[in-house]
Amino acid sequence: MREVNVSEITSAIAELCMDANFNLGEDVLNAFKSALENEPSPTGKNVLQELITNAEIARDEKVPMCQDTGFAVVFVELGQDVRLVGGNLYDAINEGVRKGYGEGYLRKSIVSDPIKRVNTKDNTPAIIHLDIVPGDKVKLTVAPKGGGSENMSAVKMLNPSDGARGVVDFVVDTVSKAGSNPCPPIVIGVGIGGTFEKVAYLAKKALLRELNQPNPDPFYAEMEKEILEKVNKLGIGPQGYGGRTTALSVAIETFPAHIASMPAAVNINCHAARHKERVL
Amino acid sequence: MAFKKISAPLSDDDVMQLKAGDTVLISGVIYTGRDAAHAKLVELIEAGQPLPVDLTGQMIYYVGPSPAKPGAVIGSAGPTTSGRMDAYTPQLLEKGLKACIGKGSRNQPVKDALVKYKGVYLAATGGAAALLAKTIKKAEVVAYPELGAEAIYRLEVEDFPATVINDAYGNDIYEEGRKQYEIKD
Repeated sequence: MREVNVSEITSAIAELCMDANFNLGEDVLNAFKSALENEPSPTGKNVLQELITNAEIARDEKVPMCQDTGFAVVFVELGQDVRLVGGNLYDAINEGVRKGYGEGYLRKSIVSDPIKRVNTKDNTPAIIHLDIVPGDKVKLTVAPKGGGSENMSAVKMLNPSDGARGVVDFVVDTVSKAGSNPCPPIVIGVGIGGTFEKVAYLAKKALLRELNQPNPDPFYAEMEKEILEKVNKLGIGPQGYGGRTTALSVAIETFPAHIASMPAAVNINCHAARHKERVL
Repeated sequence: MAFKKISAPLSDDDVMQLKAGDTVLISGVIYTGRDAAHAKLVELIEAGQPLPVDLTGQMIYYVGPSPAKPGAVIGSAGPTTSGRMDAYTPQLLEKGLKACIGKGSRNQPVKDALVKYKGVYLAATGGAAALLAKTIKKAEVVAYPELGAEAIYRLEVEDFPATVINDAYGNDIYEEGRKQYEIKD
């Protein structure tokens, strides 16, 4: 058994919260640049240029690229040969969020109760997804998720007879209804299969994939391409002002399904597609 | 891009010069306000009480900035989704508000109220919060400090970039822009 002190997890989470909010991934920046070349709308081009400049300011000045610094969604892949010492894993992660959001001057956007709505003032608790995996490493991924795009996401329990067509239509329809609200150009995470709760998790997980890395299964890679083409024909464009860059990328994750079910989920991310990871 | 320079607060005449799709650079004084502050303002209006800020001619920016770093005027400050303010906006326009700045579409009662009271709805680039903060030269809390990021701030801005979405003539660039670039199979 390899021992890992949870204080190391706290430090790593704090740094990842700041890193994710200050430094937009190269994959997203490159997607902005190629969209800028292909976008026919002058207003759309102007928006894409602003987003590139914004990302540079955030990186150079170590300020958050968006004032909505998100719900801290944390994915933990815990090797089964690791023995955690020094405290409780969940407390350690939340302490890391508290530290990162405090030291990084990140906005505290979490209320302690969905109806009574009192701010927790330190952006805790985090949303924690824990996976036990083989090995003796701990992989941490922090993906701060903004509220505006999360609100435009959807889950639908489709019928198996709806097939691939049903999923494609559901995704395109969800993006169409969201219009200008989720700060396009967006990144689209799609989950298909599993159960009601599993499919939403798959869609979230899909957002962690590097942009424009296709699904390894050619069938789903083709479906990702088809969805992206259809979405970009909607005309919504950057910020919804009209244009051809409504989405930068589509990623599909799947799981086996019940003979009676075909759940589908669409998790929409704004262009601030933030996630950073570290292996301890 | 050709930008129209405008200065806040706005007169009726200023508003009538603006057309959906115009890109503008705003200089002058604007106020912030989002969900919680709107609820409080409308509660005062309904109770017939005076407002903490005279809204005549003013612009409200829907923003909850991130905390300012030491020495900075303000933290990152991009727009939040405007639709959540739809329930309150017509009453504020009736009280003299001339413009609001946010992102995302408005409902029909807001669009109608913009025509009726001669107002305009603008959007700033959602997520361009570090860039937008650069145009904010001064920020002070003028009401509801207990709301933190949701307090009402008085901002002095210079060349704050925005796009006119809904003008006082009933036009909507989200609808028109989308129609222009939509490809039907």
